[in-house]
Amino acid sequence: MIRDITIGQYYPARSILHRLDPRVKLVCTFLYLISLFLFKSIPGYVVATIFLVSIIKLSKVPFSYIMKGLRPILMLLMITVIFNLFLTREGDVLFSKWIFTVTAGGLRNAVYMAVRLIYLILGSSLMTFTTTPNELTDGIEKLFKPLQKIKLPVHEMAMIMSIALRFIPILLEETDKIMKAQIARGADLESGNIIQKAKAMVPVLVPLFISAFRRASDLAMAMEARCYHGGEGRTKMKPLRYKKRDYLAYGVMIFYVTAVFFIGRYVPFKIWIF
Amino acid sequence: MQIKVENLQYVYSQGTAYEKQALRDINFEIGGGEFIGIIGHTGSGKSTLIQHLNGLIKATSGKILVDGEDIYKDGYNFKNLRNKVGLVFQYPEHQLFEETVLKDVCFGPKNQGLTEEEALERAKAALALTGLAEEFYEASPFELSGGQKRRAAIAGVLAMEPEVLILDEPTAGLDPAGRDDILEQIAHLQRERQITVILVSHSMEDIAKYAQRLIVMNRGKLLFDDTPKKVFTHYRELEEIGLSAPQVTYIMHDLQERGFGVSAEATTVSEAAAEIIKALEKTHDS
Repeated sequence: MIRDITIGQYYPARSILHRLDPRVKLVCTFLYLISLFLFKSIPGYVVATIFLVSIIKLSKVPFSYIMKGLRPILMLLMITVIFNLFLTREGDVLFSKWIFTVTAGGLRNAVYMAVRLIYLILGSSLMTFTTTPNELTDGIEKLFKPLQKIKLPVHEMAMIMSIALRFIPILLEETDKIMKAQIARGADLESGNIIQKAKAMVPVLVPLFISAFRRASDLAMAMEARCYHGGEGRTKMKPLRYKKRDYLAYGVMIFYVTAVFFIGRYVPFKIWIF
Repeated sequence: MQIKVENLQYVYSQGTAYEKQALRDINFEIGGGEFIGIIGHTGSGKSTLIQHLNGLIKATSGKILVDGEDIYKDGYNFKNLRNKVGLVFQYPEHQLFEETVLKDVCFGPKNQGLTEEEALERAKAALALTGLAEEFYEASPFELSGGQKRRAAIAGVLAMEPEVLILDEPTAGLDPAGRDDILEQIAHLQRERQITVILVSHSMEDIAKYAQRLIVMNRGKLLFDDTPKKVFTHYRELEEIGLSAPQVTYIMHDLQERGFGVSAEATTVSEAAAEIIKALEKTHDS
């Protein structure tokens, strides 16, 4: 059950995306997220879709596996759609009944927002699928290194992040185990209304918190035992170095952003209200 | 209570890069009042197998019949099954959550629909069985030592008075005295109430001492299913899959090979001692 949550997990495979420098993937993901908000037209979405689909194909991560990552944000997605649909008042009224009014602008916003959100999640989860937590933090650390000049503890922040990421699958597994143990003792975690369900989660949440604290303190102890004292004077076994493919990836990304920007803005193509 | 497992298969994370076949074509049958040991290397599918027996994991294919009833048919009452088949997970102390030990042990019985008094009575009886001193009943479970926590957690399942009690390495990480103590109590309980006990263990010595039947798992397959004595005669095969027979088995085989007149059947230290004494007396007499 809980194993099905895939968002934020690494998916081992051998693809060009897996081999890219993590800095490239971080910067490109960031650019990609921004690019999604640069246009509001069908041609723009067509370009973005082609780009996203080809990147997913390149990554060799099964499409169905990536789609599973959408499940946790389904609720958020629905709320966004509903709010945009009914609360936006612009353009022609398409439908009106009692207090519900749908305008052309509202429908447009709702659809665009939904697609953007889905693309956002798919794109960013693709980064975590193709990058191990270690690589990711290495990338972040190196990218933000200049900020050390203004006394920002970059290494420590990167370490905190990598530990947090590392703990996601561990805690998921732990949750699964505790849930099973309590179900075996007759706990009913599924039926009842929201309040009953929340109450039924206590036997799962208490042990989970305790185990999280226990693991955290064990890890701190283990790190201290190995003389960890922060980033000062620490060198890397595999320092990050850009290779040819990394520059190529930057090139592709810049090309995509430019393309999506100009095509999204200046290619006139409309279907109905979109 | 009868449990029949037919052609059980289980695949983890089907359709992903993490796909792994955990169980392959498992068949066995459990009657009433048995003490069964399950042994196998880490990752051999022991834990996965026992979680099938109370319906926590649904098999990818195959059948489980409990008293003749297929548990995978629509509308099967799993709650009822879990009342009858108690499962103590590995490191069960990690599931304690209540304010006091007694309340925690009452959790199971209360879920079974018992009244407050009945649950308390069951809880106290179960705690007494595990040998946790009464002074800890009102203590927070998080203040106890590791061994005490373990006892409290095992009591939490015992209090449900299951007909089949499954324990997944109940003694892992305990000191030898605590280990013998807990296993002794479980064996006692099994004899007294005529329940079925399934003990997953890494210790051949423990299995040899308590189990009447031994199931050996290897890479998701059921390798042996026989009495411990018979299984341990295959000790060379056990070694091949990274397991071993109890240490006395080796001694007895060695003695036999060197012409000492003992039978190599002994699997526990006391049996071996008796056998050696018998052999010594024989050589002495002649």
